[in-house]
Amino acid sequence: MAIWVNEETRLLVQGITGTEGTFHALGCREYGTKVVAGVTPGKGGQDVEGIPVFDSVAEAVAETGANATMIFVPPPFAADAVMEAADAGLGLVVCITEGVPVGDMLKVTEFLDHHPTRLIGPNCPGVISPGLGKIGIMPGHIHKQGKVGVISRSGTLTYEAVHQLTNLGLGQSTCVGIGGDPIVGTTFIDALSAFKDDPDTEAVVMIGEIGGNAEEKAAAWIEANFDRPVVGFIAGRTAPPGRRMGHAGAIVAGGKGTAKEKMEALTAAGIHVVESPALIGETVQKALGR
Amino acid sequence: MKIHEYQAKEILRRYGIDTPRGEVTDQPAEARRICEELGGRCVVKAQIHAGGRGKGGGVKLAGSPEEAETLAGQILGMNLVTPQTGPGGQEVKKVYIEEASEIARELYISVTLDREKGMPLLMASTEGGMDIEQVAEEKPEAILKEWVHPHLGMLPFQARRLAAGLDFHGATAKAGMKLAQKLVRCYLDTDASLVEINPLVVTGDGAVIALDAKMGFDDNALFRHQDILEMRDLAEENPIEVEAGEYGLSYIKLDGNIGCMVNGAGLAMSTMDIIKLHGGEPANFLDVGGSASQEAVANAFRLLVSDPAVEAVLINIFGGIARTDRIARGVVDGIAEIGEVHVPVVVRLEGTNVEQGRQILHDAEFEFIVADGMADAAEKVVAAAKGGN
Repeated sequence: MAIWVNEETRLLVQGITGTEGTFHALGCREYGTKVVAGVTPGKGGQDVEGIPVFDSVAEAVAETGANATMIFVPPPFAADAVMEAADAGLGLVVCITEGVPVGDMLKVTEFLDHHPTRLIGPNCPGVISPGLGKIGIMPGHIHKQGKVGVISRSGTLTYEAVHQLTNLGLGQSTCVGIGGDPIVGTTFIDALSAFKDDPDTEAVVMIGEIGGNAEEKAAAWIEANFDRPVVGFIAGRTAPPGRRMGHAGAIVAGGKGTAKEKMEALTAAGIHVVESPALIGETVQKALGR
Repeated sequence: MKIHEYQAKEILRRYGIDTPRGEVTDQPAEARRICEELGGRCVVKAQIHAGGRGKGGGVKLAGSPEEAETLAGQILGMNLVTPQTGPGGQEVKKVYIEEASEIARELYISVTLDREKGMPLLMASTEGGMDIEQVAEEKPEAILKEWVHPHLGMLPFQARRLAAGLDFHGATAKAGMKLAQKLVRCYLDTDASLVEINPLVVTGDGAVIALDAKMGFDDNALFRHQDILEMRDLAEENPIEVEAGEYGLSYIKLDGNIGCMVNGAGLAMSTMDIIKLHGGEPANFLDVGGSASQEAVANAFRLLVSDPAVEAVLINIFGGIARTDRIARGVVDGIAEIGEVHVPVVVRLEGTNVEQGRQILHDAEFEFIVADGMADAAEKVVAAAKGGN
């Protein structure tokens, strides 16, 4: 088993005719995901390497039975793309786009309150259930099917962690990149609750970073609700305060959101906190007693 | 993006928020003229992108136009050190000459994003002039909070509750309620990340005015605010960071001697962290981004080695959206462009098209130190930086 992405996934790609949209739509298909449609307004009727393109999400869903979408639409239009997907009834929306204004996300959050849609991202690498399917931009070949769940605010740092796990023979159930923005659709706790309901996930790696307090909240939730081993890493111990470290959400503001605070909260909740990003894999191995 | 106080006040006035009259200048003689026009008494305020200016001697009261000229002459060109500039300080290039206000009460009001609730948050306190962080620490009960619906703005009952909490009465209460609603509207309309008035002042005749103003904006929304984008003052920013921004790179200067070039913000931060864990000091944060072009990567490399503090470079690339062969070609081109590179370069490549990437580095004339894994890379670059002295 896995969470959110599996063999049943029928993927739609919004912004499929752009360079990155095309590249990664094909990447997902190559990995084995059923990529059934693309959407680019005004380009309906075309196809991308055999994937039919539609003018609207509703049309694409009606024609192809798509049940999930991956968004590559440029930042000014990304919020609209998310809401169009929710309106068309899609249950899973993965927004890869980086640079969506916070003001737009406030509106998206309101809109999604009235729709049964899970948004992952924006500004994220997506979701992969190794061996079953991927919705995202991660390199599939570094993954291996298995029983470790991964949740992360970062893209490439997640690849780093996954690579270490795979090299140690530890496969992954599902890896979720929740995104590096201040406001994201899916939180650590959402992903943790899904992993809790997945009997095949035996341990979870949680990769956080400076800014906000999502890690602290997750730590409290884990302590109360989650009894499988969790390994945590927090990026940004050396980040100067008041500066945005690449991700819009990675900022120590008013002395809050530091790596130190987060690591202390994680440790207090019984999470195995890793000091060095090179030791994530080994720590999972130890936590699983292998 | 940050702007100056005088620019923030200009925006606040557009939303109908009262501020003292004033004018900005970089000439002491002009300060005298402006002060005369303001009635002969004024405040001379240094304009830099940092708070705490008064504590550093950047805000002075002038009793006459002559004194305004003298004070402007002293403040212009001074290196102003405040708790927010860091020990290096910031050179003052402009002063704002503002009419002196009669102050009955000093308060605090701001709007910012509450990430936890996913809503804008208006905070106010009767402790005007103090840092809100300090108030939160010492007297948290003095902070009034109103969460704001992103479409509805601040509702009348919230504004009434706020005015009562600030002990506003009569006409002052009405003015305070209007100000809070206008401030929220301003925050939402301009895609601000922060609007702060500290102090907010009640004058002797009960008017409510913004004595100081600070605004920051969501960089991701600037595409729809050309007027605000035009307020950007590049002279207030680090020149290498500005240049990096032009190439679409995210660069932040730090104090160490190991230059880092990494793809992805999280990996870039943890690369800095692991360098430190291995006894080294990172010279910068540099994220070449997910879809960095070959040109951008070459530029990134050139920027890195142009920093005289850099004694060794660590390139840590895990390819996903960024293909490692493309990054490798960028690095080789970057080195070719510079001519001679005199610092050791440790490279760690992993991910999509990694074999082609490694081959490109291997075939290059320049001799790279190739690392396997992050710990190995950190160890090698720390050793290289020490040996490079």
